[in-house]
Amino acid sequence: MAVAFDEMNGPGGDLRPAYQELSRWLKETPPDALEYRRQEAELLFRRIGITFAVYGDAEAQERLIPFDVIPRIMSAKEWTLLEKGLKQRVRALNMFLRDIYHGRDILRANIIPDDLIFQNPVFRPEMNGQDVPHDVYVHIAGIDIVRVDADNFIVLEDNARTPSGVSYMLENREIMMRLFPDLFARHRVAPVEKYPDELLSALRSVAPLSASAEPVVALMTPGVYNSAYYEHSFLADKLGIELVEGRDLIVKNDEVFMRTTEGLKRVDVIYRRVDDDFLDPLTFRPDSALGVPGLMSAYAAGNVTLANAVGTGIADDKAVYSYMPDIVKFYLGEEPILKNVPTWRCREPKDLAYVLDNLGDLVVKEVHGSGGYGMLIGPAATKATIEAFRDKLKREPEGFIAQPTLALSTCPTCTASGLAPRHVDLRPFVLTGRDHVTIVPGGLTRVALKEGSLVVNSSQGGGTKDTWILDE
Amino acid sequence: MLSRTAENLYWLARYVERAEYLARTIDATLRVTALPAAYIGKTNEWDSALLTAGVSASFYEAYQEANEQNVVEYLAFSPSNPSSIKNCIEAARLNSRSVRTALTSEMWDTINSAWIELQEVWGKGTSSREELAKFLRFVQETSLRFDGSAYRTMLRNDAYWFSRLGLHLERADNTARILDVKYHVLLPEEEHVGGPLDYYQWTSILRSVSALTAYHWVYRETLKPWLIADLLILNDTLPRSLASCYSNLVRNLDQIGVAYGRQGASQRHARGVRNRLEHSHMDDIFQHGVHEFIQEFIADNARLGEIITKQYLI
Repeated sequence: MAVAFDEMNGPGGDLRPAYQELSRWLKETPPDALEYRRQEAELLFRRIGITFAVYGDAEAQERLIPFDVIPRIMSAKEWTLLEKGLKQRVRALNMFLRDIYHGRDILRANIIPDDLIFQNPVFRPEMNGQDVPHDVYVHIAGIDIVRVDADNFIVLEDNARTPSGVSYMLENREIMMRLFPDLFARHRVAPVEKYPDELLSALRSVAPLSASAEPVVALMTPGVYNSAYYEHSFLADKLGIELVEGRDLIVKNDEVFMRTTEGLKRVDVIYRRVDDDFLDPLTFRPDSALGVPGLMSAYAAGNVTLANAVGTGIADDKAVYSYMPDIVKFYLGEEPILKNVPTWRCREPKDLAYVLDNLGDLVVKEVHGSGGYGMLIGPAATKATIEAFRDKLKREPEGFIAQPTLALSTCPTCTASGLAPRHVDLRPFVLTGRDHVTIVPGGLTRVALKEGSLVVNSSQGGGTKDTWILDE
Repeated sequence: MLSRTAENLYWLARYVERAEYLARTIDATLRVTALPAAYIGKTNEWDSALLTAGVSASFYEAYQEANEQNVVEYLAFSPSNPSSIKNCIEAARLNSRSVRTALTSEMWDTINSAWIELQEVWGKGTSSREELAKFLRFVQETSLRFDGSAYRTMLRNDAYWFSRLGLHLERADNTARILDVKYHVLLPEEEHVGGPLDYYQWTSILRSVSALTAYHWVYRETLKPWLIADLLILNDTLPRSLASCYSNLVRNLDQIGVAYGRQGASQRHARGVRNRLEHSHMDDIFQHGVHEFIQEFIADNARLGEIITKQYLI
């Protein structure tokens, strides 16, 4: 594997311009002062109660995501390029979804094979021919970006269902501003605090026609035991909207109401952080107690907007991902600004054969997986793990894709033995409303805290950093 | 507001109040049992602590004997006692997490810090009287802090009123229960009233509702059972008296009624109970029987809880 690109000390060890001031500051700051701030940050996080749950880990039902106090910095120029690429990509995603559930031009043009869509468990036939307000399907997208050099941004994954992590982006900034006011004074960091406002106006802009002039928006959560519950309550609070569970909602005459102390109140837009499968036991899983019976029928009647729309999973399927460059070209007639990681689709015999021959060098992912669960990192895996994975792959090849192991870029990070480079990625959050696409400058930087590790997922021992976009 | 949010706020306040009450009960019992036998008679104080907490039956399913160690463990730390202090704080935090958006950060911080301290410092219970005293103080201070931060930081809207309803309903229940049990235990020996034995018993009742000093200020008398009953039942200047709890319940329900532009069964019921308290005299209550009076009150109070739930919380 190639040597990773370090975002502070570029190739050849030259300090990159965006990091100049930070580097100077680090030299002036004694290591124990940094350690003291780090402990202070942890205390703050714990007291605020920013925790997440790790599934299958009974010992630590609530855990803190480790926070690294060294910010990750990008120049305005880098951001401008990235922002342009993200907007382009999310526009294409929305057009793709509209097409898949309506005319299906892209299938007729033979750009994507039919069976990849129709045989796909995340394709929702319920959405066929159903219009959604202003043709917006993915109102909130979290696009995972990695870098391998100074010039290219590469999309690792598109998260078009219920991406999480934005609360960390906001809280990390809050805590950094509290702990390092001096460091902020020496930089011009673009603010992120407008995110809740922008999210609310995006959600309101896509209210159904039957909504009142002041549409009522609610955030729907699976409940306190969900791993991202903190984020749900945090966002509801920042947006000033009700945080509802399925049992708080009821459908009457194809309209959705919430049960309040003053009786029933109509809900127009639901920012749902509940998966499709659990939305409505009448349509999807009958055993689910999380959902609202009749919700899909109110949705079909056009009386409620769900954000994100039902059926967006087909756009963040990892096999569909491999077609994204073609999707961008097909709908927008533009060259994709953001690159894809070269991807082998195990559903294709030729690709599968290659993958089976090279398991030790590849990263293999489940097409519907998320959170870093169930993936194989060839170079880091034992022989036994690789063999077990080989069997899984042969049994169900269409369930997997494979990619080369990327040398993700690194950023300086606090470790037990002082500052050291650690691999990072970036998840910016892209909002799509009626008229425009917006992105607050930055996103959530995730960092693999273990030396050499490439897995940044919080469920797998990753941490987070504040992400700074410098104003010129 | 969401019915579930109102419900969570209501129960959150109830759990915090109950935790404090249990801490006071243990504290008062410790003081009485520390006296030589001649001062406290033959009654088992730990038994009566279980009775006032309303968990006697479930206790004896798990334990043989009501002694200090067993009862403290059961009331304070037992995971199998649904209303142990530990479980009250756990439940309070769970409710807080469900209504994060309706709590001020000060309230959340109080509950969350208490919950963290419960795990980190008190995870294994207490091993000495000194530690136990510290623990009980921690519980009482948590409740004071919670109450104070609610009072000082919450908007005066329905969220605040529902939380107050939980607090006063729970408090009324607790005061009624302790009076009932103690009267039951103490009054058969009416001729001895005023003797040293009862004196310490009565002191402990007052202590468990933090009204010992108040008693002296109000009555400027030695402890007399009917005055104590008067104080705890009818005197609405004492925050833990039944009368005071009902003034508060009526006021908060009225505020909800005004805000929502609609009165209902709970407003009527609460006013009924308050009027009865306002028009009662201790003489009549004694004639009618204190036990009967309190039993009726406890039932009425529980009924109010049900009506509030039906009217607003589901």
